[in-house]
Amino acid sequence: MNKSGLTNIICEKANLPKKKAKEVVDMIFDTMIGALLRDERIEIRGLGSFSVRHYEAYTGRNPRTGESIEVKPKKLPFFKTGKELKEFVDSKDEI
Amino acid sequence: MTKAEIVEQIYEKIGFSKKESADIVELVFDTMKDTLSKGEKIKISGFGNFVVRQKHSRVGRNPQTGQSIEITARKVLTFRPSQVLKSALNKEGV
Repeated sequence: MNKSGLTNIICEKANLPKKKAKEVVDMIFDTMIGALLRDERIEIRGLGSFSVRHYEAYTGRNPRTGESIEVKPKKLPFFKTGKELKEFVDSKDEI
Repeated sequence: MTKAEIVEQIYEKIGFSKKESADIVELVFDTMKDTLSKGEKIKISGFGNFVVRQKHSRVGRNPQTGQSIEITARKVLTFRPSQVLKSALNKEGV
């Protein structure tokens, strides 16, 4: 499912015009992206938490050529699945 | 940031009541949970993909005691951030 699939479901279930549903879905993710860009942790009860992890610079190696390369410090978004969702995902049988 | 702050944004910017805003945000996250627990992946462009992966059982070890134990087969959820989000995070201050 992609964002427009999600929007369609919201549109049906909440009985909203498609345009409104799209606005809501966009705003939810934009708000979350904004928080991550401010280095803020996001906690969604039942779903999980998002945080930004900071990685130091290190000397890496190209595994093919063995050449050393300098890897710059970087930030990566990280998602930790909430306990409830973790159990939920694992509990249902394949469909 | 919590769900409450997301609800607040929707309330301020989209013109729903507080109750409606809270209900819709809840519905979005519930829909995501239901989709994922059916094993279906979710792709949010500009944000990332949530993917359910089937893990096989394997032999693990209790790091404290060194004892071997079987880790059962399971399904796990992974999040792969979008390239757009990754570059946005690393843009500031450059």
